[in-house]
Amino acid sequence: MNFDFSDDQKQLRDQACKFLTEKCSPKAVRVVLDGKAPYDKELWMGLAEMGFLGVAIPEEFGGAGAGHLELCVIAEEMGRANAPVPFSSTVYLAAEALLIAGSDAQKKKWLPAIASGEAIGTLALFEGKGNPSPKNVKLTAANGVLNGVKKPVADGAIADFAVVAARTGSSGRDGDISLFLVDLKAGGVEVKSLTNLDPTRGQAEIIFKDCKAESLGAAGEGWSILTQVLDRAAVLCAFEQVGGSDRALEMGRDYALDRIAFGRQIGSFQAVKHMLADMYVSATLARSNSYYGAWALSTNASELPEAAAAARISATQAFQHCAKNNIQVHGGMGFTWEFDCHMYYRRANAMALGLGSLAYWEDQLIDRMRKKNAA
Amino acid sequence: MNFDDTPQEAEFRATARAWIGANAPKQYEDELRKSSLGRTQLKNANILEVAKTWQKKKADAGWACLHWPKEYGGRGSSPIERVIWQQEEGAFGKLSHMFIIGHGMCGPTMMAFAREEHKRTYLPPLASGEKVWCQLFSEPAGGSDVAGLRTRAEKDGDDWVINGQKTWTSGAHYSDYGILLTRTDPDVPKHKGLTMFFLDMTSPGVEVRPIKQASGASDFNEVYFTDVRIPDHQRLGEVGDGWNVSLTTLMNERMSIGAGVSTGFPELFEYCASLMLDDGPAIEDRAVRSKLANWAVKASGLRYTSMRAISALSKGERPGPENSIGKLVAGSMIQDVATYALDLQAAAGFVSDPDDAELAGRFQAMLLRAPGTRVEGGTDEIMRNIIAERVLGLPGDIRVDKDMPFNKIPTKGRG
Repeated sequence: MNFDFSDDQKQLRDQACKFLTEKCSPKAVRVVLDGKAPYDKELWMGLAEMGFLGVAIPEEFGGAGAGHLELCVIAEEMGRANAPVPFSSTVYLAAEALLIAGSDAQKKKWLPAIASGEAIGTLALFEGKGNPSPKNVKLTAANGVLNGVKKPVADGAIADFAVVAARTGSSGRDGDISLFLVDLKAGGVEVKSLTNLDPTRGQAEIIFKDCKAESLGAAGEGWSILTQVLDRAAVLCAFEQVGGSDRALEMGRDYALDRIAFGRQIGSFQAVKHMLADMYVSATLARSNSYYGAWALSTNASELPEAAAAARISATQAFQHCAKNNIQVHGGMGFTWEFDCHMYYRRANAMALGLGSLAYWEDQLIDRMRKKNAA
Repeated sequence: MNFDDTPQEAEFRATARAWIGANAPKQYEDELRKSSLGRTQLKNANILEVAKTWQKKKADAGWACLHWPKEYGGRGSSPIERVIWQQEEGAFGKLSHMFIIGHGMCGPTMMAFAREEHKRTYLPPLASGEKVWCQLFSEPAGGSDVAGLRTRAEKDGDDWVINGQKTWTSGAHYSDYGILLTRTDPDVPKHKGLTMFFLDMTSPGVEVRPIKQASGASDFNEVYFTDVRIPDHQRLGEVGDGWNVSLTTLMNERMSIGAGVSTGFPELFEYCASLMLDDGPAIEDRAVRSKLANWAVKASGLRYTSMRAISALSKGERPGPENSIGKLVAGSMIQDVATYALDLQAAAGFVSDPDDAELAGRFQAMLLRAPGTRVEGGTDEIMRNIIAERVLGLPGDIRVDKDMPFNKIPTKGRG
């Protein structure tokens, strides 16, 4: 058994960590946080040059053709650095949808552009409140023309193309949903930025008005493709969340060693020690669940749906728990704009919502466990 | 990343599986599989006898205490082979819980500190289950503060004379030998005046009184020592070095990996899958699903954390104190799971009689046993201290008695 990343993969993680430490300091993140840029374009191009954007994209489509385990270790570092770039929307959602369901021509058009940093992609699924569900897709598609509103759409304001979930039937079944590929720069859409919990990763509203679109995957297969995309993204996001949890824990630990109160390092108080120990526990459980998700993703195992849901829940909770208590360890300083704690707090809570709420994933997990037990 | 055995591991697994298939006491398998925390007993057999028979059979064929050296009754196996054995032994492994103190703590301590002739005499019958050992550390005044113990050992010629009292001693009522931590010098700070011995539990002056636990069972005991004589050659380590010796024991106590900690989750999931509530199946209920999902990811998180540790073992690395999290998480989880399972039963949850209660009273037994798991082998609080200090590098707790001679340390909370 080797339930761990290989030495090469760990080396890649170290390389990504080194690169991001240098190019993505908290100061750099703040440029985006303070609204001076919609994302860090220089970092984005740097990630492309390093080959990180296309690490899991096959060589024939301009990627490195390494695989999903390699993408997982990079994702962890993106989370640790709190990188203000459209990585999750482009690489986990748009690229994965193309890899699963794209035609050869679609892959040839978009995947090399993703790998080289030229194209930013996203998934337009949500329409206001509600979890991922066919019944919540109201936007319609008829004869390749889309009409409706998607919001929030991650990185929608800076994206070049979107994978759009649309209603093509009215039977009330999953088969009513089909996916479309839309070139957002070709007109037919109106895009508005939305103020959101985590300004380092934008959200937008996209209004589709008689917008021309091409099918992605077979008609009526949309929901089944989306489920696969969300499962893969759940594992990849879990690694970002694990990286973020670790960083929040580290910040809390370092501050507890530095800060003196009542004549002692605050890290010598049992209440503080135990809070940090509990953060370590939740981060460790999340890491282990995520490793299992990574194994299932990289081997395309039948366990993937269950593993993805478990990784999602565990990592979401861990990141929220660590980010929240990191502020608590920092006391009043932790609540200031000046300290970096709130950037992780924002990211943790924003990431908890992006692929559907915790309740959604809890439901998925239980359904999938029941299915396995019944089998 | 993979779950595959190496060719050597696969061969070892096949050999172990074949032997277990041909030799294990299969008539008890179903009962053992269903037993969980709070209830590992057999309906029509004495579990200690069954456990001893199985252990002896394993020892005779070279499958006892796999990682111990052959000359002391083991097999000289690698740590990963030990883990593979535990996976293959499955539910039958629950029988060796009767020997866990001896095999997990006393044996390793003897191996590190006893004289060679004693190792050769005492370890093989300990490995084979013929002789059972207990660990005499805790005292009424020293629970988590182990070094605060008061049992005295005084030198008298070639012997030591022991007076005092131990408590919470698991299995003392059926143990043949024990390792004993004593105070040999009360005039120095508490950690410096301790000395470790091993002794024959049938020695004159040893009296074992079972303690009735909150669960109603009596797994542990008070042990009284009145002028008990132990020859000096049964001393483990130097005089005054007992604290270091005991650290070896305690480290081993917390290193048990791979065996899989009990969380109560599989039992709860199975229960909820078939339970009908007033307004429909429990498994369809939003609140129930949320609870189950939250425990499911803790249980799987522990399972895969243990697999990561096994992988480290497989590569020849030694897992560190991060493995303390298993007991910490599982301990309170099993308590919460049992509480919730009874809440789902509402008033019927009162009834604990196995002949009458839901699922033969498993959750009731679990509930009443669970407080113990959060205390034994280090409380939740001690576990958190270990993680905070040894993994995260935070400062140790302030110990106001650190440099104080033991006999000057205040002993009462008030006046």
